[in-house]
Amino acid sequence: MEILVCVRRVPDTSENEIQLNAAGNDIERDDLVYSINEPDNYAVEEALQITAKVGGNVTVVTVGSDDDEEVLRREMAMGASRGVLLSDEAFDGSDGRGIANILKAYVHNGHFDLILTGVQAEDGGAQVGGMLAALLDYPFASLVNSISVLDGGKLKVSREIEGGNKEMNEIDLPCVLSIQTGINEPRYVGMRGIRQVASLEVPTFSASNLGLDASAVGDAGAKVKRTDYFVPALGKGAEMLEGDQEEIIAKLIELMKAKGGLN
Amino acid sequence: MVEGIQSPAQVTYWLMSGRTLFPLLNLLGLACFFYIAARRILPLTRGERDWRFDQPFVRLERVLQFWLGQWKHPRYRTAGTMHILFFAGFLILATQAFSLLILGVSPNFVLPGSSGGVGHIYDIVKDYAATIVFLCMIVAAIRRIVFNPARYEVPARYGKGHPVDAIFLLALIALLMASESLFEASGAAFQAQQGQPAEFLAVLSLPWMLKGVLVATSLSTLQTLHFGAYLVDVLTFYFLLCYRPFGIQFHVETSLFNVYFAKLDRGTVKPVRWGVSDEHLDQVKSFGVKAFEDFTWKHMLDFYSCADCGRCSDECPANAVGRPLSPRFLTIKARDYSFQHYPMFGRAGNGTKLIGGIYSEDEIWSCTTCGACEEECPLLIQYIDKIVDLRRGMIDDGNVPQSLQKPLKALESRGNPYGKMEKKRAEWAKAKDFSQTCTVKTADAKSNADTLYFVDSITSYDDRMQSIGRATARILDAVGVNFGILGAAEKDSGHEARRFGEEMLFMALRDHNVDAIKASGVQRIVTADPHAYNALKHDYKDLPPVEHISQVICREVKSGNLKLDPVENADNVYAYHDPCYLGRHNQVYDDPRDVLDAIPGLKRVEMGRCRDRSFCCGGGGLMLFYEPKEDQRMGVKRVQMAAEAGANVIVTACPFCMANIEDAIKVAGMEGKMTAIDLAELVDQQLVRPAPAELEHDKLRSEVFA
Amino acid sequence: MARIFAYIAHKGGIADDAAAELVAAARNIDPAASPVAVVTGWGAELDAVCETLRGSYAEVWKIANQALAYPNAELVRKALLNVLPHDDIVLVSHSHFGIDLSPGLAIRMNSAFVSDVSGIDGIDGTYLKLVRQEFGGQVSAHMRCDASAGAVLNLRPGAFKPQEGAAINGVIVDKSAGVGALTVGRRYLETVVAEAGDVDITKHAVLVSVGRGIQEKDNIAIAEELAETLGAAVSCSRPVVDAKWLPKSRQVGSSGKTVKPKIYMACGISGSFQHLAGLKGSPFIVAINKNPKAPIFQVADVGIVADILEFLPELTSKVREMKQVSV
Repeated sequence: MEILVCVRRVPDTSENEIQLNAAGNDIERDDLVYSINEPDNYAVEEALQITAKVGGNVTVVTVGSDDDEEVLRREMAMGASRGVLLSDEAFDGSDGRGIANILKAYVHNGHFDLILTGVQAEDGGAQVGGMLAALLDYPFASLVNSISVLDGGKLKVSREIEGGNKEMNEIDLPCVLSIQTGINEPRYVGMRGIRQVASLEVPTFSASNLGLDASAVGDAGAKVKRTDYFVPALGKGAEMLEGDQEEIIAKLIELMKAKGGLN
Repeated sequence: MVEGIQSPAQVTYWLMSGRTLFPLLNLLGLACFFYIAARRILPLTRGERDWRFDQPFVRLERVLQFWLGQWKHPRYRTAGTMHILFFAGFLILATQAFSLLILGVSPNFVLPGSSGGVGHIYDIVKDYAATIVFLCMIVAAIRRIVFNPARYEVPARYGKGHPVDAIFLLALIALLMASESLFEASGAAFQAQQGQPAEFLAVLSLPWMLKGVLVATSLSTLQTLHFGAYLVDVLTFYFLLCYRPFGIQFHVETSLFNVYFAKLDRGTVKPVRWGVSDEHLDQVKSFGVKAFEDFTWKHMLDFYSCADCGRCSDECPANAVGRPLSPRFLTIKARDYSFQHYPMFGRAGNGTKLIGGIYSEDEIWSCTTCGACEEECPLLIQYIDKIVDLRRGMIDDGNVPQSLQKPLKALESRGNPYGKMEKKRAEWAKAKDFSQTCTVKTADAKSNADTLYFVDSITSYDDRMQSIGRATARILDAVGVNFGILGAAEKDSGHEARRFGEEMLFMALRDHNVDAIKASGVQRIVTADPHAYNALKHDYKDLPPVEHISQVICREVKSGNLKLDPVENADNVYAYHDPCYLGRHNQVYDDPRDVLDAIPGLKRVEMGRCRDRSFCCGGGGLMLFYEPKEDQRMGVKRVQMAAEAGANVIVTACPFCMANIEDAIKVAGMEGKMTAIDLAELVDQQLVRPAPAELEHDKLRSEVFA
Repeated sequence: MARIFAYIAHKGGIADDAAAELVAAARNIDPAASPVAVVTGWGAELDAVCETLRGSYAEVWKIANQALAYPNAELVRKALLNVLPHDDIVLVSHSHFGIDLSPGLAIRMNSAFVSDVSGIDGIDGTYLKLVRQEFGGQVSAHMRCDASAGAVLNLRPGAFKPQEGAAINGVIVDKSAGVGALTVGRRYLETVVAEAGDVDITKHAVLVSVGRGIQEKDNIAIAEELAETLGAAVSCSRPVVDAKWLPKSRQVGSSGKTVKPKIYMACGISGSFQHLAGLKGSPFIVAINKNPKAPIFQVADVGIVADILEFLPELTSKVREMKQVSV
């Protein structure tokens, strides 16, 4: 099975403190550590596990710049056969639809049985997967937390829904799935793995390579744009209890008694 | 003419004369043995290389100390004493065994130089030796059957024990001694009856006693006993020789080599591959041990040399708390694997994966690398290198528990396992109350600091451990050390990254730190973190001398430069817990104790397991992120040990020990009954500081008399 | 001004809470807006929902088809494409269903799409002014959305407070005829209900809930002790379940359980929206967290900046004392 996984390089929220920059219109990017978007990593691991069972190759693709190559290489170190960068100045400022259009152009470039994305990105909108499916006219399922390959070009997938329940679906290939974290346990990629793929080729496709019209992508084609970042004025918020620990506990117990939580 | 007793060579055994039979037996026996030895050596030829041929004199010295001198044996008194006795016995009897064998070929064989005084003395000594060995075998068998010490137990998950085999071997050795003694006794009795000058048998020795029993036996019976005993002796000898390589008794042959080739450098871990420098590591196809053949030949020899005594597992803290790790079975399972896959006949097997086969992942991740096993093993078998190699293999395969992936990734991207920002690494030194009294400068090319205080990650970022950093800084200040820290330029020492198998990550951290240290121009390094201490001292190369803060304090106290106030609460009883990487791995036991004893009025007790028998607190570095399967925490056991010793304060000298012990006090429900304090914190508390007025006065003096 | 449609999900004949929220959101776009509720489904349940909705929506479009009995987003999308106009504004709740439905719907309608909208600042000509949160809620972003060819908006549940208002008497319009062929490449099989687990957190009046701040599995015992003393149950946020420290049955959140306790103690929980989405019924929220900037302090009633590993045991022993005295 030929699987394409769309990945994205994002600032790592667990290892960064996201703050506004001095101008107050973007986040402070100087000290940021980037890594692959966590759900995308789960998606690649899932793809690798599927191809380990049924054969095939895993290709990882991202839309971005040279900086984003490191994420492709990391997934190649994990086991993806190929990493592809879709890069062009014309792509800058693309909204979700723009990204989906760029990815669609690449999909038509090859032949893929299954396309995976992570369910959402830290700074994204949980949209690219669904949009890509609609553009390709492929069936789609989001929040997928388990996949089994069935005979006859079908998959059985479960979706995560409320209450921890699972919605079981049967879906025809080719299709697009957006993957939720926790679907598997991704394997470790160490420094050695990264070094081993450091010299492998990562082909880059530009807008013309992909036959894309600039008006459909990038800032020109974007219908949704971010005007700035801001930190909203904090509302009243919680009543913060002050004092030393003993005093705080005493106050808390009083409050809880009043609310009927202590009898 | 009175005939002397016939020598076995001259006798006809059923169909064959002794002179034919015994050379044949000798030949067969030896051929058998050499074939078996060759098959046993075969996997070693397929193992990885290991550089063990350096420093021959040091190695010979260690052979004298550990092999001949049985240095580690008395640590377990009963078994150790017995072993020393029958080991001495075997050595003494070696010559006797040799000449006995030749006797079957050449009837009047006498070892050159054995006639005369030396020979007589030897005859006496050897008789006692045989007796002692014989007695030891009986006692050992009784001990095994009746008392069966706990450490010989084989838990079900590790397979079946071989108690019958053990007794069988003890019985065989006893049989060897008995047949030898009977051979001698029958000959002497024969001669005595004939009135001939008898060989002198040592009084009260086994041969002597047997001779006493046989004194009235008929000559023909004696003759039969004589060559019967001889045949039994030869058969038993060769049987043992050929049987030993199939079990734990193989250590009889391999122990000398195992000790000779044992690891010399303490505290560090073997390279990924001997002979491959760091720059060329990329070319190595596979890191670590995945299949049996990935072990080095010396590690395979270790597997052969295990006597299954269980001392390692007895001391292993992971084993004590119910983790799936038992060092003894790490070795025995590998040995059994090699026996199974390299059989006497048939194809020598190759490359099935060990992890998921004889070893489980948790088994290998459970090790805290405390070194108790290695400290205990009388045969100097190494464990840490093997565990690290197995971990390297798992890392290479991407097979890492999710709980460890996060801190490893954080180490890579942020230089500390917590994922905190680099620029905040020196925040601990900016705490308001602290920075007013003690300025901590950055040691870089511009500063004139001659000493580097290497803080390392936990002390830099953990709210609780930062106080150890501040205490250490204040102490260094008080004794007038011109020190600085690397600050944001410091990255994790990488000590645990290396021991968890991430060699390349370790190298990246190491190279970064070495550059920063060299750029700072410092001439010595001090740290309060034993893991950093060990890394800087042994894993890093070409650095200025490294000391632990306890060594600095000890020196300053002894020279009188540092004075300590008496304890506030004279009722407190303090117990010092030896951190594994300060104590056992680096043998710094006395300095911290001397410091404590220098505090007036401080009552100190020793825990039962102290110094090189100290019980690991639970491990440091990445081990704090791993979620082991265990019945109990190591820290809880340690805290209970302190309470048993009568202490209510545990003194540690390692931030990881502090983290584990403080946690354990809570989990064990001993809050209020037990506290923990770091040595540096305690000293900082007790430091005699000049009163402010004095300080001013000193300042004026220095200005006036500058 | 484009029309505003609000797709309302439902279960067991009961409309999703979002129904009222979507009205409020529509009013944020245009205070005079009178959104049209759109519901799909089948049978008596669908009818019941439509009946409820016409109390708050002037117009309710009912799309009934047996194939839509279970809300398979692929099928619903097809139906909506055939029934709804493509140039208007469609509001959907950003739920498991909304995530599944809306991106594809927007593409097919050739409309703009904005996901997980947490605020609407109005409309400027044909440009919608929206607010989204990013990076786990650490920052917000102002968005501008060109709605000239229509827009589909997924709205964050709980972000738009329902407005008080008199009940209205809306009309139900049956649009079932316009559905068209409903065949798709994804077929619903069944729903596997999560294991009940030993403790049903939805039944407890007091919950001691732990998040990443509990740091290790063994520390959960600290929360268990407090819970025992309070007669409460221990629940948790997603990271605790991902780390396998507690079973899924204890998870509070959009992908876990929805709870309605009287008192909710959020210990070491940062307060992500997905977690808070599982809290209904305005419980008294006590937040204890080491980080004074944790978003939970925005929604909590009472906040304490402390290390839960130290605070909780202290609290437990004080509560124990108090209970002994009162007995």
